Amino acid sequence: MGLTLKDVDKVVGREIYLKDINLHLEPGSRNVILGRTLAGKTTLLRIMAGLDRPGRGRIRVGEKDVTGVSVRKRNVAMVYQQFINYPSLSVFNNIASPLKLAGLKKDEISRRVNETAAMLHIEDLLDRLPAELSGGQQQRVAIARALVRETDLLLMDEPLVNLDYKLREELRIELQEIFVRGRAIVVYTTTEPTEALMLGGNVIVMDEGRILQTGPTPEVYRHPASIRVAEVFSDPPINFLKGTVASGSVQIGERMTIPLLGHLRALGDGAYTFGARSNHLFLTPNNEDDVKIPARVELTEINGSETFIHARYDDFRLVVQEKGVRHVAIGSDIDIYVNPAGFFAYDADGILAAAPA
Amino acid sequence: MKVRKRSIALGIYYFLLLLPIYWMLNMSLRTNASILATFSLFPTDFTLENYIKIFTDASWYMGYVNAIIYVGMNTVISLTVALPAAYAFSRYQFVGDKQMFFWLLTNRMAPAAVFALPFFQLYSSVGLLDTHIAVALAHCLFNVPLSVWILEGFMSGVPREIDETAFIDGYSLPRFFITIFIPLIKAGVGVTAFFCFMFSWVELLLARTLTVTNAKPISAIMTRTISATGLDYGLLAAAGILTILPGALVIWFVRNYMAKGFALGRV
Repeated sequence: MGLTLKDVDKVVGREIYLKDINLHLEPGSRNVILGRTLAGKTTLLRIMAGLDRPGRGRIRVGEKDVTGVSVRKRNVAMVYQQFINYPSLSVFNNIASPLKLAGLKKDEISRRVNETAAMLHIEDLLDRLPAELSGGQQQRVAIARALVRETDLLLMDEPLVNLDYKLREELRIELQEIFVRGRAIVVYTTTEPTEALMLGGNVIVMDEGRILQTGPTPEVYRHPASIRVAEVFSDPPINFLKGTVASGSVQIGERMTIPLLGHLRALGDGAYTFGARSNHLFLTPNNEDDVKIPARVELTEINGSETFIHARYDDFRLVVQEKGVRHVAIGSDIDIYVNPAGFFAYDADGILAAAPA
Repeated sequence: MKVRKRSIALGIYYFLLLLPIYWMLNMSLRTNASILATFSLFPTDFTLENYIKIFTDASWYMGYVNAIIYVGMNTVISLTVALPAAYAFSRYQFVGDKQMFFWLLTNRMAPAAVFALPFFQLYSSVGLLDTHIAVALAHCLFNVPLSVWILEGFMSGVPREIDETAFIDGYSLPRFFITIFIPLIKAGVGVTAFFCFMFSWVELLLARTLTVTNAKPISAIMTRTISATGLDYGLLAAAGILTILPGALVIWFVRNYMAKGFALGRV
């Protein structure tokens, strides 16, 4: 059964948490809510779960209106950012507790608990108490408890945020497989674009309590409908260059004029903002269409396999993501190469005017 | 040298602290004649007579029994009332919740003497005078607010998400509360029970005012040692020692959580 939210608002005090949320989630779909902190992701999730009531609007499961129906009577499961388990129960009883409450038979319970535990590689820990487990294992228990019920709706609120990098990678891959196997509508919130891309499915980009864009994840990534979506859906931050289109070319800053090529040819005269993700900026030319941006280096970051070079051209701050370790002296002048064929063009209102095909 | 200095200071502190208790123990093991006659650091004419009297004379040992009965009742009542109340204060927002929470504590600010007369008048009119439940209920006036405060602190330390997860899993509120939540704050429940026990056990004024004979606690009976023939020092000391014991025993059980309890669970 699909989940539909219609005109959902949530205002607490004078602060708007959610505004005009309209969503339809297909049965069995994977949905990633992507947004920065305070975008309203958790609030939306809690309303979907039935933990909070929306200020206005209706929530339907299939054809049934469930607005205001107690969370106990909903068929949902939820995993929190914190590792939430029942500290006084063993891992087995933690996972079994929703099944016990549902009144299942003993052998059925133990079959399903063992099955789910094996899926999450915690089958050897069933006799332990949650406090005796590592953070990653605790979160696996919480996920197992959410999965074991086979609910219609599975909500995960940044479940991997509190884990270290290695565990996060590992669990992310496993979750992908688990999601594909399940029949539930999965709603997964994250602040990280890479995580959204890895999990696939649909993405719902949120900002300041509103939904900015929805659609299949790769589609949204390639066509961010507004400047804000492009910002939220890019890490490291997307580079923006403001320019003016006139008579077949673009003037960017004082020293740069580039001809309109490919998809950019469709642009009419006027002021535009051009966006290019940092992995499209290079220190060496790759293509004859590349344009050269003379810039001054302000900072370099090395994260092991990649180097981020922060530079400035006129008033534009640029980030170049280069593979490997690069040593670039701070304050030196460099040339940055970028192919305009990869530019997103946004009009004066910040709406996507042209995107690479 | 530093450590040495500190241990000396600590030694002096413990000496001063334990001296009166030792002196009481010393007195309880001597006869009145010996107590009044000579100064001695240890019992010269060792006797258990004082203790034997307390354990054989019903008017004495019933004092302990009465006290234990009403203290137990009070602890149970206080916890039963305070657990749901503290949960409400910790988890829900309602009109006047903060004010009400503070008002609870103001009950502890008034001296017991203020309430002695109204309680006496009220209880005598409904026939509760000289019953265990009378004292137990009267002590609730102090212990329920304190319990609510301590428990609320402990409960607020438990993440709300545990409650929500339980409700998502299908627990009803009472079932969640008893099977999941209370085990989580059992240290808090223990500390609260200890505080209830302590306050009720040492409270003299209300207990004495509201009882005559049937429910008279040990602290009131101890005043009987003063009579026309003088003061029965040995007996009084023995009764004192026996009064300290239960408290010491309970402190032993909750020793690890005491500090948190004194901070009303907010550590």
